[in-house]
Amino acid sequence: MGPAQVRPAAISANGWGWRHSGRTVPAIQGLDLQIEPGERVLLLGPSGAGKSTFLHALAGVLGDEEDDADETGSLLIDGAAPREQRGRAGLMQQDPETQVVLSRVGDDVAFGAENLAVPRDDIWARVHEALDDVGLRTAAGDGLAMDHPTAALSGGQKQRLALAGILAMRPGLVLLDEPTANLDPAGVLEVRDAVRRCLEKTGATLVVVEHRVSVWKDLVDRIVVLQPGAAGGGVLLDGPPDQVLAEARSMLITAGVWVPGYVPRTRTRTTAEGPAELLLAAEHVAVSREKPRRRGFKSIPPIPVQAGVSAQVRAGRALTITGPNGAGKSTFALTMAGLLAPVAGKVSAAVELSEGAGIDPFKWKADQLISRIGTVFQEPEHQFVTGKVMDELMFGPRHLGRGEERVDELLERLRLTHLVDANPYTLSGGEKRRLSVATVLAAHPQVLVLDEPTFGQDANTWAELASFLSELLDQGTAVVSVTHDEEFSAVLGGMELRLDPATEAARQEAGAA
Amino acid sequence: MTTSSVKKAGNSWRVVDIVVAALIAIAGGVIFWAWSQGAALVSVPMNAAYPPLTGLIAGGWMIPAVLGMLIIRKPGAALFCEAVAATGELIMGSQYGTTVLISGILQGLGAELIFAAFRYKKFNLPVALLAGAGAGLFCGLNDSFMPWGWNIAYEAVDKLAYIAFTTVSGAIIAGALSWVATRGLASTGVLSSFASRKAASEPVFN
Amino acid sequence: MRDALSLTGNNAVLTKANPLAKFVAVFLISMVLALSIDWVSASIALAAELALFPLAGLTLRLLWVRAWPLIVAAAIGGWSTAIVAADSGAVLLDVGLWSISEGSLELGLGFMLRGLAIALPAILLMTCTDPTDLADALAQKARLPHRFVLGSLAAMRLVGLMAEEWQTIGMARRARGVGSQGNPVQRLKATLGQSFGLLVQAVRRASRLAVTMEARGFGGAQRTWARESTYSMLDVWVLLGGVLIAAAAVLAALGAGTWSFVWR
Ligand SMILES: Nc1ncnc2c1ncn2[C@@H]1O[C@H](COP(=O)(O)OP(=O)(O)OP(=O)(O)O)[C@@H](O)[C@H]1O
Ligand SMILES: Nc1ncnc2c1ncn2[C@@H]1O[C@H](COP(=O)(O)OP(=O)(O)OP(=O)(O)O)[C@@H](O)[C@H]1O
Ligand SMILES: [Mg+2]
Ligand SMILES: [Mg+2]
Repeated sequence: MGPAQVRPAAISANGWGWRHSGRTVPAIQGLDLQIEPGERVLLLGPSGAGKSTFLHALAGVLGDEEDDADETGSLLIDGAAPREQRGRAGLMQQDPETQVVLSRVGDDVAFGAENLAVPRDDIWARVHEALDDVGLRTAAGDGLAMDHPTAALSGGQKQRLALAGILAMRPGLVLLDEPTANLDPAGVLEVRDAVRRCLEKTGATLVVVEHRVSVWKDLVDRIVVLQPGAAGGGVLLDGPPDQVLAEARSMLITAGVWVPGYVPRTRTRTTAEGPAELLLAAEHVAVSREKPRRRGFKSIPPIPVQAGVSAQVRAGRALTITGPNGAGKSTFALTMAGLLAPVAGKVSAAVELSEGAGIDPFKWKADQLISRIGTVFQEPEHQFVTGKVMDELMFGPRHLGRGEERVDELLERLRLTHLVDANPYTLSGGEKRRLSVATVLAAHPQVLVLDEPTFGQDANTWAELASFLSELLDQGTAVVSVTHDEEFSAVLGGMELRLDPATEAARQEAGAA
Repeated sequence: MTTSSVKKAGNSWRVVDIVVAALIAIAGGVIFWAWSQGAALVSVPMNAAYPPLTGLIAGGWMIPAVLGMLIIRKPGAALFCEAVAATGELIMGSQYGTTVLISGILQGLGAELIFAAFRYKKFNLPVALLAGAGAGLFCGLNDSFMPWGWNIAYEAVDKLAYIAFTTVSGAIIAGALSWVATRGLASTGVLSSFASRKAASEPVFN
Repeated sequence: MRDALSLTGNNAVLTKANPLAKFVAVFLISMVLALSIDWVSASIALAAELALFPLAGLTLRLLWVRAWPLIVAAAIGGWSTAIVAADSGAVLLDVGLWSISEGSLELGLGFMLRGLAIALPAILLMTCTDPTDLADALAQKARLPHRFVLGSLAAMRLVGLMAEEWQTIGMARRARGVGSQGNPVQRLKATLGQSFGLLVQAVRRASRLAVTMEARGFGGAQRTWARESTYSMLDVWVLLGGVLIAAAAVLAALGAGTWSFVWR
């Protein structure tokens, strides 16, 4: 056994179930599943099927006596309860920000090993090895320094760092919960390849949860499909990837899983051709989220993340903004939407859009803005302003004093009718996304700006959104979307604006100008 | 290898308690920092007119103590949150220097004593108001009578006025606001793993 | 904001001292200065502190960028003390509630200098101390419970993120029609709503971070430390420096006859 070899873990679930505190139905129940040491399993299932719950249980971090949660049956790793053997399993979650614990790269990787009381010298040996394995630090030394700040890493680098932190614990079981959901296509491959390399080296058991099957299909040797606890629970399907994907294709599609080679059917555009009215234009704008700093009586503009970008938004036309993580796509979209002031250049609204409110959208009052440009943020929760779905939808129309009659139609159209009395924060991911689109549309804006509207959505919500937006386009609304999703922009049609990370020199220059 | 199979219910702190308490304290700091940019508009005329009036906005500093306890509901929560908030302030640069730590600990203690007096069993509106007032009182006393207090050189009447203002401010801003915020948080479901998960439906009094 | 808490690039001498030693030295100076309101002890300490700034890798410009709000606050503190403190000597100004006399003006001035002399060393301390090293020292040397120290440190790392999130929530709410304009009541309501949004995100983030930490084995009774917190000769010098500055300030004030004990 080489130094990095570990003893792969076996998992055995017998009639296992878990009900979260404060819930009436179990998230998962009646689960019978045996996973042999060294197996690599892709776990699928519709949203809410209890996949994350299962991984958390395996990682030994699920609830405790203070939760009034319920456990049934048994779930064992190598014949013992997961809670009693911390360090046997390493878990990576979806949000890169909360996968990092400490502020220096070396310390962060060492954290897990420290907690397992590994002697100091061994820790640093493990840290170096783990960083090499995930490709963050090469033996030649042209990688990251040990004291590189973790805040200065890209999303993909953060996830690989988290993987290194897990590897330094030498776990026999690696658990990945949607590890690439927030990453651009290049970041996804970086993480997937790092996982592959590490598994080949250590031989650990792998359980990965991911909605997009194609990324992991070739790496795993088994696919397990779960059924929601509410619908009886247990394993729905289990077998080699090709077999499961062939046998259960239509069932997986119905459940909203992204199976390879399948693009959900959506409505086709009817009025995609011909000239259209110009509503909003950006001319050579430079953008940044930071405000100008004051030094004495001078105001120093921030260094922009993008400079010299021009774009036009036309009625009934789509504009898609693409580019890698951190390129400044969101920042640019927010500037177009009148939420950020451009650092240089200008954003101007045509008379058709401004209707007397002035040319600069950033100067509009909040209620002038929402009836002209509606912005849907990437994180729906950021936009909730009340405690009830119905109030949330009525909020815009009430402020404007018109459009309340449209709300019912939106509720119906986006399947939210049964939720009118729920607290918006308690909805599922897909429901939150639909609600945030509906609330913005309730104010009837002529321009709709969406930041990553399809991120983390299952195929069903995806198709619904894409169809709905194409309908809006045909009715004459302009749609600006920031997205990595090529299939989505194909449905909407229109122009693409690609933003690549601006070079340091260009940014400095634009900042000084 | 460490084991944590022995589950202790009740008063011992879990990792999630510690991290959530600390982040609440820090978010409280961020919120207060954002507020104080607007509050400058208020505090400058206050200072120019009658300096003790600034006691009326002091409650903002004490939100972490009351809010932390209302959410975590474990002995020491008020003290811990306020101490973390003070440390955060020290790290970002405080006009009180290292003495901000003492002020933080004393304010936390003011709230903690009230919750302890109710044996960590009651977290309703009156208790929250009292705890806020307790924190405010200790803040006023600290500022007026400790050597490092900024109001040490005030005349006795002005000190008294200041202490009255901080106590009221503590009760309203730290006490009432935290109580409302806890109920709001509970109804969003984010508190599902804490003893306060049902705060939204608890009776207001008793 | 993100890099405000990082020390990368600072290789000054004092960054190598143990955070605990630095803290004790600074705390000592602050406590001694707090005992008296007089301009002599405050000026001496202030001068010594300014002379030490290069050792912490701090330039005057950096100091100004980080500390100007404190300087303004100190000035306001001096002003409020001058108008509220008990009067003595000739009255210079008397308008209803306000009164400034020679005595209270001197007091106000001494107060302002003292405020600066207490605030600046804390800035000096933090510019040459990495929060991670501070946490290591607190857990390993001061023996504070490591779960609490490291839990707070991990949360502290998210300060920058929280500040960014505050801004994002503000924009997201404007996009819903909640403006930061309008009359004071509307603005207060808007800020309260924004604060609530931030709190929800803080609890969510913290819960997720706690899961990450627990999944990496955090929370047990025993752990080892990859970075050992150590004392060296430098720390003796740091402590000695603290004692010297404090003593010099007191002796100078006593010599000049300006020492005036706060609780007279
Ligand atoms: N901490 C919690 N407290 C209460 N209920 C929870 C908690 N975590 C999950 N649930 C509930 O348990 C059920 C299963 O959730 P889980 O997150 O395990 O599903 P999932 O399969 O991972 O879904 P997704 O694909 O959306 O991530 C859901 O109904 C969810 O609302
Ligand atoms: N709130 C913020 N404050 C300051 N800087 C930020 C903030 N949010 C992001 N940044 C920085 O601004 C740059 C551009 O960010 P932006 O979010 O616009 O990129 P993006 O192209 O949308 O990336 P992603 O695909 O990850 O969403 C990044 O370098 C990022 O680190
Ligand atoms: Mg999940
Ligand atoms: Mg973005």
